[in-house]
Amino acid sequence: MAAVTLEHVGKRFGALAAVDDVSLRVEAGEFLAVLGPSGCGKSTLLRLIAGFERPDAGTISLGEQGVSGPDAFVAPEDRHVGMVFQSYALWPHMSVAGNIGYPLRVQKLAGRELARQVDAALDAVGLTGLGDRRPAELSGGQRQRVALARCLAMKARIVLLDEPLANLDVHLRARMLAEIAAFRTLSKATLVYVTHDQAEALGVADRVAVMAGGRVRQVAAPAALYRTPQDGVVSRFVGPGTVARGEVTQTYANGHAAVALFGREWQIRSAPGQGAGPVEVCIRPEDLAIVSPGNGFAASVARVLYQGGRTVVEAAPASDPGTTLSLSVRSSEPVAPGATLHLSLVDGWVIPGR
Amino acid sequence: MPWMPARRGERLTFATLLGLVVLLAVVPIARLAQEALAPHGKLDVGVLDDVVHSPAVWHAAGNTLTVSLGGAALAILLGAAFALLVSLTDIRAKKPLVFCFMMPLLIAPQVTALAWINLLGPNSTLLRALGIAPAPGSAHPLYGPGGIVLLLGLEQAPVVFLAVRAGLRALPRDLVEAAQAAGARPWRIVRTIVLPLMMPSVAAGGMLAFVGSIGNFGIPAFLGIPAGFTVLVTLIYQRLAGFGTSALSEVAALSLLLALIALCGLALNGWLARRRDVRVTAWTTATPEWTLGRLRGAVEGACWSGLFLVLALPFAALVATALVPAIGVSLTPRNFTLANFHFVLFDYAATRRAFLNSASLAATAAVMLVVMAVPLGYSLAGRRSSLRQAVGFVAELPYAVPGVVLAIAMILCLLRPLPLLGLSLYSTIWIILVAYLSRFMLLALRPVTNALRQIDPSLDEAARMSGARYARRVMTVIMPMVAPSAVAGGMLVFLMAFNELTVSALLWSSGSETVGVVLFSLEQAGDAVSAAAVAVIAVVVTLGMMLLSNGLASRVARGVLPWQP
Repeated sequence: MAAVTLEHVGKRFGALAAVDDVSLRVEAGEFLAVLGPSGCGKSTLLRLIAGFERPDAGTISLGEQGVSGPDAFVAPEDRHVGMVFQSYALWPHMSVAGNIGYPLRVQKLAGRELARQVDAALDAVGLTGLGDRRPAELSGGQRQRVALARCLAMKARIVLLDEPLANLDVHLRARMLAEIAAFRTLSKATLVYVTHDQAEALGVADRVAVMAGGRVRQVAAPAALYRTPQDGVVSRFVGPGTVARGEVTQTYANGHAAVALFGREWQIRSAPGQGAGPVEVCIRPEDLAIVSPGNGFAASVARVLYQGGRTVVEAAPASDPGTTLSLSVRSSEPVAPGATLHLSLVDGWVIPGR
Repeated sequence: MPWMPARRGERLTFATLLGLVVLLAVVPIARLAQEALAPHGKLDVGVLDDVVHSPAVWHAAGNTLTVSLGGAALAILLGAAFALLVSLTDIRAKKPLVFCFMMPLLIAPQVTALAWINLLGPNSTLLRALGIAPAPGSAHPLYGPGGIVLLLGLEQAPVVFLAVRAGLRALPRDLVEAAQAAGARPWRIVRTIVLPLMMPSVAAGGMLAFVGSIGNFGIPAFLGIPAGFTVLVTLIYQRLAGFGTSALSEVAALSLLLALIALCGLALNGWLARRRDVRVTAWTTATPEWTLGRLRGAVEGACWSGLFLVLALPFAALVATALVPAIGVSLTPRNFTLANFHFVLFDYAATRRAFLNSASLAATAAVMLVVMAVPLGYSLAGRRSSLRQAVGFVAELPYAVPGVVLAIAMILCLLRPLPLLGLSLYSTIWIILVAYLSRFMLLALRPVTNALRQIDPSLDEAARMSGARYARRVMTVIMPMVAPSAVAGGMLVFLMAFNELTVSALLWSSGSETVGVVLFSLEQAGDAVSAAAVAVIAVVVTLGMMLLSNGLASRVARGVLPWQP
């Protein structure tokens, strides 16, 4: 059973279609990341699920219950959906325990039982004993945990996270990401996690929905998203690499196609039913290998970026100087700007035509 | 805050509050316009025509424009100069300076007028003690247009000050620094860079001062009526006092005229405010602080002695008069008496009642308006900005029109028994309460909307996600966060209502006197010592409220308390 189902959901702000005909299913217990550049509509999507916005079109269901639609609208306070806000949204006039216990007090919990559940939530996020503090006295990471503890305490089956790491220092992000993963194990809740950071999205989510221009371009597991992007936008936005123009000359039954590219023909992966003709090809850094002269194609090195053990080399093929290929080599390899390399394509992916 | 799907509880509350706002603000003004333009249900400009062609009206209108323009000009001079001084220089003790400079705006105009009358008249206890009082029987030097302009200017200078200071706060530092880099000295920069950029703010402030002067009743009533100098506001008062409700159609037409002048002024003010260069207000930076150097002591001395002259001295005269047994008696240790205070507080029924009435009217209005303002502001925050602006405009209407106009409008609405209920509020204290609720609504609403604008909407959304319904959110999340600003707004309402004369002068009846009304009657009856005692008590209450609300200052949204730097 899907925990969250969106069918043809649309939301406009004036002339801008913030969310445009989005259909999406999030399975119960799943961790779905919504990835996209700023302004792509991903936060609006989250607010539509929470009920802070009412869609102009389409329906939203939580479990079996329709919550947003042409004839039904369940207010956010009746949805029992937890949310971790980008600003954490901790009430400054309440203590940490007051913040965490608020949803429980709304549910008419009081006295011992309230204190016990608040303490349990504090323990779970590693803030034992800090219940009497004010939010202003906490560090950024601690505030984040209070926000998580509040969702934990309210026992929300669905928790929405709106760029929860955006306001944290870089060194704190990895730790908080681990905390969120732990939170998921603990709460067994369905998580929808909005971010513009692909490392966050690919690192923790079961599946990633890539959004651009108000539309969901692709929903897939991180590896599938990386290996088989369905269009150029997704390919460019997710992971490093290059999109080059080539031509499919022949397709095979084994999920490969013959593609003319950089003056040679290569056999690379393709979607079932891929037809012949001009296509875009997704080339990841690890798809390229340096070969001896006479093999592969020639490319001239444009830039060399030293990154410790490995070095990123950007090179332009002689047959297609407008394209910049990027590959990663061991730093011991002597590569200098201006040098000519001979490259071979060991793998690649034909981006399905639309 | 973004638009939120509302639930029934909120919708019902919001609709009720909107209805109240319309009832309090729109209905009276509309009724006034109807009485003036269509007294018998159909369009009939006869009354208006008579009014417009009456020489007395023209005369009073001319006087109104003269003293209001004069007052505004004086206010611009004082207010703009003080704003430049406080914002651009390293003058010391800015907080107390600003606090004192704002006082004339907060002290009731009739109290100020009375203080000045006591200071400079032939019977001045203070001047007689110094032996420099005008000859007995000579005319009071402040009676007539000159005195009115002086006191209007002093009262309205803080209004200009606030407008210019806001403008100076938005002055980009680099424009000044570019002039400094070009070698210009501070005085030249002020003349060639700062003042030209401040012109829209100065003009906007001046317009507000003009509108404030048009509606002022206390000053022309105390300084104009004895000299036979009539302005529109006192003309309306005299017509209604003389002819009673039979003159209602005529005074309604007069009021409409007055309201139109005031609203034109406000429209001009809005236009001027919009003309402020947006590129200038876009990057707000700290304003420069120039050292006055060796001049600093002298400038500070001038400021404080100026404030001493216009604040301390008149107040001292008031106190001196309040402490002698009868007017004309010198203040000596032997003559010193507190009997006047005892008399007005305990012995004399009318003043005792007036203090009680004003205090309970002001407190009730303050509490009711704050209780209305929080849920109203909260609901408005989540709605379309056009609706927000419309409600803001409507709430401003009864505050913007002269108090006399609102009073006439209230009489017209409440003269006959209320429909359905069948009871009449006219000539009870309740009509004054209704008028106060209408007039001071804006003072309670604005701090709340300001505070809500500074609150992250996700704090409210987090409460919704926690399952909290409307009433609980208002009580547990919104109320605690806006409370300091809401309370400060309530204090402003109390302050203004307690000191109010213009509205109650036309609405009071025996038993429902206000402090302003008894002050006016005592002065007209010639009981100067009792009037002075009442005025001193009013000043003490005002000062006490101002100081009390200062305690909240650090937790109040910026700009709520006008005397806070």
